[in-house]
Amino acid sequence: MNSARFSIVTLVVLLLMASVSYALTADEIIDKANQASYYAGKDGRAMVKMTITAKGGDVRIREFAQLRYNEENGDQKFYTYFKAPADVYKMAYLVWKNIGRDDDRWLWLPALNLKKRIAPGDKRTSFVGSDFLYEDVSGRSPEEDVHTLQEETDRYYRIDNVPKDPGSVEFSHYVVEINKATFLPMIARYYDHSGKIYREVEALKVEEIQGFPTVLVSEARDLVSGSVTRNEFSEVQYDIGLNSRIFTERFLRRPPREVQ
Amino acid sequence: MKHWVLALVLVMWASVAWGWQLHGFVDGRSGMRLQDDDVERQAILNELRLQLDLNHMSDLAIWQFRADLVGDEAVGESEQDLERGYGVLDLREANVLLTPFYFLDVKLGRQILTWGTGDLLFINDLFPKDWQSFFIGRDVEYLKAPSDAAMFSFYPSWANVDVIYVPQFDADRYISGERISYWNPMLGRRAGAQDEMVVDQRGDWFSEDEWHVRVSRNIEGIELAAYGYDGYWKSPQGVDALYRSYFPKLRVFGASVRSSFAGGVANVETGYYDSREDRRGDDPMVPNSELRALLGYEREIVRNFSAAVQYYLEYMQDYSAYRRTLPTGMNARDEDRHVVTLRLTRQLLNQNLELSLFTYWSPSDRDSYLRPHVKYKASDAISLYLGANLFFGDAPDTFFGQFENNTNLYAGMRYSF
Repeated sequence: MNSARFSIVTLVVLLLMASVSYALTADEIIDKANQASYYAGKDGRAMVKMTITAKGGDVRIREFAQLRYNEENGDQKFYTYFKAPADVYKMAYLVWKNIGRDDDRWLWLPALNLKKRIAPGDKRTSFVGSDFLYEDVSGRSPEEDVHTLQEETDRYYRIDNVPKDPGSVEFSHYVVEINKATFLPMIARYYDHSGKIYREVEALKVEEIQGFPTVLVSEARDLVSGSVTRNEFSEVQYDIGLNSRIFTERFLRRPPREVQ
Repeated sequence: MKHWVLALVLVMWASVAWGWQLHGFVDGRSGMRLQDDDVERQAILNELRLQLDLNHMSDLAIWQFRADLVGDEAVGESEQDLERGYGVLDLREANVLLTPFYFLDVKLGRQILTWGTGDLLFINDLFPKDWQSFFIGRDVEYLKAPSDAAMFSFYPSWANVDVIYVPQFDADRYISGERISYWNPMLGRRAGAQDEMVVDQRGDWFSEDEWHVRVSRNIEGIELAAYGYDGYWKSPQGVDALYRSYFPKLRVFGASVRSSFAGGVANVETGYYDSREDRRGDDPMVPNSELRALLGYEREIVRNFSAAVQYYLEYMQDYSAYRRTLPTGMNARDEDRHVVTLRLTRQLLNQNLELSLFTYWSPSDRDSYLRPHVKYKASDAISLYLGANLFFGDAPDTFFGQFENNTNLYAGMRYSF
């Protein structure tokens, strides 16, 4: 009896020691960052204001509400409801993100009362004309890159990511700094094939909401064109009890109250 | 009556309200024919349009009003007609959407209705189309004309079921010569603004009506649907004993599938057109029954450039009876009408410039219709447009060939608020 208790205690202590001293691998860090960035809670909602400033000072604004729902198997559903500019007012964009196969995407055109299916398409395409890409919004699969831990300080992990299929992307590699406390990526720098940084995505303001560290201001900068897009998130909530039925045609026709 | 109004107001304000929203746009457009047309003016479109979109959302109801005020110098028609879309007011939407039960939505009033999988080709979508707007360079949203209808959408766990009742038949805003010249088989020539078309409109409420039904289901991104329609042909394709054009009875049954496929999206749709007044196909004054089908595929070719192709078939039933009874001197159509469409879309300048081309080409009719279009978003509020409607044909009486003299170029500007 005593020896049994002793061995259990020893085991627990040993395990604790192991987890403290055992350094995370680059793949584990990226997985945790992916969870922290895109999977917080069972579901979530945010109001987004996107300000696109071109090099010459021309400013364009997009405002939308976004709902997210996590499935058990890692699949996700996104509902984006546009409020501005006026020519896209009441349009809705529905994405079923499927792990391991193409996403299903639909665009709701209210003037035509039409649910238009969108071909899967390149995820490295600009999201609504901004400097953010579809992949920045819904997440890049960790499976698509080879990750190497370059540096570990007391504040962050710096990880280099090299695409497994270089033909599918415009960068040669990107380096991301991940906060050790929150596992949120704070800055990602994208390198072109000559080794120059041409694009940056940065988290400018992080706050804890319902226990989840949350990016409230982020910025994407195109260093070649000089264009900068800033995203400001407000009314962020997690675990609001969204029903997966919201992510269907019925609620494209009749926007749910959560987007108002 | 007063109680009813009071109850309505209470329902609107007692519910958790998100308030009224007002949006809209001012759109100016001008278009002209690129060749002479003996029976029409050179100007095809010279309009200024104000659209107001007013809506109110709450937990209990969504109210939606959308109306256009239109002034058009190139107009042939002038009397106010909300069905045909003539006159100063074009009422697009005036409806309320209610959810009386968790499994049921009801939308009552004037509304735009759309379903089916075709891209600018319609088999099971028998809601009214405005071909005139489509051909003269208005925004593509005007291809859909409104219906005065009651839509009941049931959401049991196994499918979505939509049942739509239209108490008074809504025809297409078909080509009748005011702006667009067309082939008139009775006259044996192209007809225009001076050739009045006598059409029996079928306007009897609750007896000359329409039913539309769709049962649809989305299984892991594979969209399946079955459709039914009981009403009339949407353009006046029949000729009665008094030599008036009219809308013969029609039933349609169909189905469609749409899914991601090979890095793109594929769709298949089919429908059987049961022309109830000519089931043997031997009445030359009423269209024969038809089988219609389409097959489509769309994908991105490279970043910001996508292509879509469709193949479409109209197969006429009882073709030999049609040929046998066709009046002498009238050109016979083919048993099969094939149409191939191609859509190319290129996005440039951070998606602020869009170049697109949509083409219809019929190898059987030997005619085609091209819709090149350029849209530039100069700012969040201002968009500029340039486009053309180009018709080509070997014969004057084929679907697109008849419109050859209407080939036009248009430019426009829209301020959205």
